[in-house]
Amino acid sequence: MHVPDGFFEASTSVAAGGVALVGVAACLHGARRELDERTAPLAGLVAAFVFAVQMLNFPVGAGTSGHLMGGALAAVLIGPWAGAMAVAVVLLVQALLFADGGLSALGINVILMALITAGVGYLVFRLVMGVLPKRLASVPLAAGIGAFVSVPVAAVAFVGFYAIGGTADISLGAVASAMIGVHLLIGIGEGVITGLTIGSVIAVRPDLVYGARRLLPRPQLELRPAPTRGTTS
Amino acid sequence: MTTGTPTTDTGRSRRTKLFLLAGLFVALALAGIGSYYASADPDGLTKVSEDEGMAESETPHDLADSPLAGYETEDVDNDRLSGGMAGVVGVGVTFVVAGGAALLIRRRSRPSDDREVTEVEASRP
Repeated sequence: MHVPDGFFEASTSVAAGGVALVGVAACLHGARRELDERTAPLAGLVAAFVFAVQMLNFPVGAGTSGHLMGGALAAVLIGPWAGAMAVAVVLLVQALLFADGGLSALGINVILMALITAGVGYLVFRLVMGVLPKRLASVPLAAGIGAFVSVPVAAVAFVGFYAIGGTADISLGAVASAMIGVHLLIGIGEGVITGLTIGSVIAVRPDLVYGARRLLPRPQLELRPAPTRGTTS
Repeated sequence: MTTGTPTTDTGRSRRTKLFLLAGLFVALALAGIGSYYASADPDGLTKVSEDEGMAESETPHDLADSPLAGYETEDVDNDRLSGGMAGVVGVGVTFVVAGGAALLIRRRSRPSDDREVTEVEASRP
């Protein structure tokens, strides 16, 4: 869903850039609470993984493909703020190094694919977790549902932006129904990839999944023999 | 101080390093090899833009001539190699930039492992 240059009026692009900048600043601030010495490198891994999987376009029929956006996946893995930050880094690298996503559209792309997918994806994840049994097995399912919902929401947001400052004279209704239709299909792929990935991480290291933290037993203090002072040589 | 916790803590941090390496390996394999098999059809937005007329106002990317533009490596003719190299570079750069940013902003005071040690210490009679 990388918006190229020329789709939006300059004023809309600049305004979106400002909103994205404030959003990313908020993410950097919020991510402080989610990251520590141990999990900081995971943010790098999550960004690298999202970059890689974004290259894997899957067919959704009618000569159309889709790819993971990754906001929901990143949010459940490392927290919503850090997750949005990680995807924003992916989008920055794609625009600067790979000419994917217009430079003037970077703000819009960050809002759509980093802020909205991470925010909506995590919110829906938490809502679904609220009704599912409090077990680790619920996490991949809830994450998948959050990921699924986040994609058509981002598509609707794109149409909203286009209504405000799109450059071409098009039928908004036709664009809206086409965008929502195809992104419901892409959302299924997003949900499946997210669920499988979260499930795989939970199978090996549930303690590294931010969204599973509350389900793990708190680390217990161990009883260890105290060193016998003075008697050992 | 040094006798109590090291076995479990270094064990856990070694396992985390192993997880990181394994994850990076998967990402490199997906971007470096798997991407060749991805669908070449336009994605959802591109297709709708073409169908509904939005694509007419699209302008070329300012960096369209950069060496890795379009996930293809300049002057590398083999498709598999060209895309694979671009993918590997992208995975490396995103890992360094996002990981570096996270390391810069992370909580510094009382990281979790230290706290465990102090709690164990405090519980001793």
